[in-house]
Amino acid sequence: MKGLTDVLTLSLVLLSSGIAVAEGDVAEGAQGERLYQAHCAICHGIGGTGGRGPRLNLAKLRRAPNQPALVRIIRGGINGTEMPGSWMLSSDDSQSIADYVQALGEREPEVVPGDATAGRKVYEAQDCAACHIVGGTGSSLGPDLSDVGMRRSAAYLRKELVQPGATSPDGFIMIYAVPASGDPVEGMRENEDSFSVQIRDANNQFHSFRKTELKTFRKQRGKSLMPSYGQKLDAAELDDLVAYLASLQGDE
Amino acid sequence: MRSLVGVALFVAFVFGAGAQVSYERVLDGELDKGHWLTYSGNYAGFRYSPLDEITASNVKDLRVAWIYQLPDGGHVETSPIVVDGVMYITEPPGTVSALDIQSGRRLWRWTRPDQDRTKTIGFPKVNRGVAVLGDTVYVGTLDCYLVALDARSGAKRWEAQVAENRTGHSITVAPLALDGKIIIGVSGGEAGIRGFLDAYDASNGERLWRFYTIPGPGEPGNDTWGGDSWKTGAGPTWITGVFDPDLNTLYWGVGNPGPDWNGDVRPGDNLYTSSVVALNPDTGTLKWHFQYTPHDTHDWDANQVPILVDADWEGKPRKLLTTANRNGFYYVLDRETGEFLHGTPYAKQTWAEGLDENGRPIVIPGTEPTEEGNLVWPSLQGATNWFSPSYSPASKLFYVSVREMGAYYFKSDVEYEEGAPFMGGGERALKGDDAYGALRALDVLTGERKWEFRLQSPPWSGVLSTAGGLVFGGSMEGNFYALDAESGEPLWDIQTGGSIAANPIAFAVGDRQHIAIAAGTAILTFALP
Repeated sequence: MKGLTDVLTLSLVLLSSGIAVAEGDVAEGAQGERLYQAHCAICHGIGGTGGRGPRLNLAKLRRAPNQPALVRIIRGGINGTEMPGSWMLSSDDSQSIADYVQALGEREPEVVPGDATAGRKVYEAQDCAACHIVGGTGSSLGPDLSDVGMRRSAAYLRKELVQPGATSPDGFIMIYAVPASGDPVEGMRENEDSFSVQIRDANNQFHSFRKTELKTFRKQRGKSLMPSYGQKLDAAELDDLVAYLASLQGDE
Repeated sequence: MRSLVGVALFVAFVFGAGAQVSYERVLDGELDKGHWLTYSGNYAGFRYSPLDEITASNVKDLRVAWIYQLPDGGHVETSPIVVDGVMYITEPPGTVSALDIQSGRRLWRWTRPDQDRTKTIGFPKVNRGVAVLGDTVYVGTLDCYLVALDARSGAKRWEAQVAENRTGHSITVAPLALDGKIIIGVSGGEAGIRGFLDAYDASNGERLWRFYTIPGPGEPGNDTWGGDSWKTGAGPTWITGVFDPDLNTLYWGVGNPGPDWNGDVRPGDNLYTSSVVALNPDTGTLKWHFQYTPHDTHDWDANQVPILVDADWEGKPRKLLTTANRNGFYYVLDRETGEFLHGTPYAKQTWAEGLDENGRPIVIPGTEPTEEGNLVWPSLQGATNWFSPSYSPASKLFYVSVREMGAYYFKSDVEYEEGAPFMGGGERALKGDDAYGALRALDVLTGERKWEFRLQSPPWSGVLSTAGGLVFGGSMEGNFYALDAESGEPLWDIQTGGSIAANPIAFAVGDRQHIAIAAGTAILTFALP
C-alpha cells in the first residue's frame, strides 16, 4: 500500500500548490489549467516541469510538434509508455489542455543552478558510465541518459541522485528472488506476467523464473541498484551534475 | 485461391449436412454438447461446457491445435459460436468469418464497408460475436444495423437499421437468438442516447418490439429523472442477456446513466440505468427491474451476463438470478419476482457501507466524483466488466475475473450535443503495481470467496468452466491458463503473446474436446495430443 500513499500524498501536494500557479501568470485557459492539474500534473509536474513523465514546458514537443498531434496523444495515449489515453475527455477539454500545454512552452525556461561543463567532469569522476549510456557510450545496466534532460526536470534528477528509486516510473521495480535450487537473484524487473518473471541482475545478466519455482519472490519498492550521491558529492558538485544531466537533450 | 476456397466449402458442407441451429437445439444443451450454440453456451448464462475429455489430470498436455490470425488486427473481443463443424467469429471493425473447426482455415468472410469511419463514443471499435439461428448468422454493426448472413456463404439475407449512428448509437453486443426472433441491444452510454433493447423477426428483420431502458413521460420510473434529463439518460444494453424458457422471461443488463460522472444534471435514481430488467420476450414489456446502483456517478454499467441458477434457498427450491456487478457487489435475486435475497462485496469497494434489506446500497457520503478528483474503489472499469463469468453446476461455484483497482474520479461541466461525448468527467486509475487482478470462485448462494488465483494486473478475460473440473481464464500479459475448478490450483498455462480481452469457449472436433480463446489478434484453439 506504500505506492498508494505516495500517489495520494503527491497529488495532494500538487493540487494545493496548483492554487499558487492559478493566481500567477496564466490568465487565460483556466479550464485547460484546471484539467491539466487534475489529470497531467501528477506525472508532468506543475507548470510542465516534468517528473515521472517528460517535461512539457518546451517550445517544441518531440512527439507532438503541433496541436492536433498533442490532442491525439492526450486522447489516445502513447503505446509502450506510461502515458495513458484519456478517452473520457471531451474534444473541447482535450483541446483546452493542449492549449495550456503549448502555452507552457512560451514560459521562461527552468533556471538550473550549477555548471554543466563542470558537471560532466563529476559524471566522469564518479564513473557514472559504468552503469549509464550517454550518446552511445557507457554501460547499459542503468537507464540510457542521452536525452534525460528532455524527459526529466532538474528537480526530479536531483531527487533521483539523492534518493534513488524514490519516485521510480511504473514498472521499474527491484526483485529479490530465491529459486528452489540455486542462488538468490536480485535485480531489475524486465517483465512479469502471472506465471513468470524476467530479471536483469547487477552483472547485467538476464534471469527468467516460473513463479512456482521460487521459494521467495519479493518486490522491493523504492529500492534501486544505484547508490545515493547525497553524501558522496558536495552541494556544488551535485548542482553541477544536475546541470550536466539537464543539458542532455538527445541527438536533436 | 479459388480452388482452395472450394475445397474448404466442401468440407464444411460435409460436416454440416442437413443440420441447423434450431431453438430447441439451444435449449437442449446436453444433446449438442460438442457445439457452442449461443453466446454464453446456454440460455442461463453458464459459460460451462459439458465436455469432460480434458481434465485436471491430463490438462498439462494441452497444446495448440490451430491458430487463426485476424488479417486486419484491432481490438479482438469476439466470443465464437461453433455449430456443425464451423466456428463463426467477428473481426473488428465489421467482419464476420466462418472457420473450419478441424483446420482453422477460413470458409468465408463478410465485411461491412466503412466501419472504421463510424462514430464510437467512449469505446474502441470492437464486436463481441454473432448469433446463429437456422441457417442464418446474425451480427450487429458499429453503424448500428442488424445484419443477417447466409451461414454457408456469408451472403447477406437482409439488414435492419436499429438506430442512426450519427447520434452515437452503435452495436458491439452479440445478438441473442430466441425462438424466431433476434434480440439486440445498443452502445452509446457516453453519447447521451436514450437506450433500448430490440427484438427482430429472424426471418425478415422486421422489428417486433422496442423496450426503452429510460421510461418516457407518463411511464413508471420517468419521475426518477429530474426535468428533461431522461431524454439523454443513456442506459445502453451492450452485453448479451440471458433467457429462462420456463418463465418465458428475458433478463438483460442496463448500462450507466448519462452523463457518466456528473450526476447533478440528472437528479433522482435514474431508472432503469445500472439495473437488470426482466422482460416478456414476446412483447418487450417489463416484468420487474432491480437497480444495483441508483443514481450511478461512476460509470458502473450493469452490462454483465447474469447467471440463472435453480437452487434451494432457505429450504425451498427457488429460481435465482446471480450477478457479480461492476460496482463490487455480488447479488442473488429471485428471478420470478426480482426480490433481493442477498448481496455482499466480492472485491474491494470504498463507496458503500453495504446493502440495505432491499439491496439498495448505503452510499458513503463524499464518494461522488469531484472537480479535484476523489479516490474510490473499484475503478471506472469496475470490479468486473463485460467479460463473462461462469457457473459450474458440478462445483456450484460462480467464477469471475476481478479487477482490484482504484481510481480518482473527476466531475466536469457538460452539455448535451447530438452525436458528441456526453460524460462530464473521467478517472485517473491507479496503475502498475498499485493494482492487480484475480480469478475468484464464489459460493453461488452466499458470494463467499472459496479461493482466488492472483493475476499480475486487472484482467479483461472472461471465464469458462468445464465438466472436466477445470476453469479457463486469461490475462492482459497474454497468459491463458487452466485452474482446478474446486481448488483454484494452476494446472496449465501458455504465453500467447497478446493481451486477452475475450471469452473462452469449448467445442468438439469429432470426439476431441477443444478450447478456444481470442488472444492479441488471433484465435487460438487447444486440444490434447
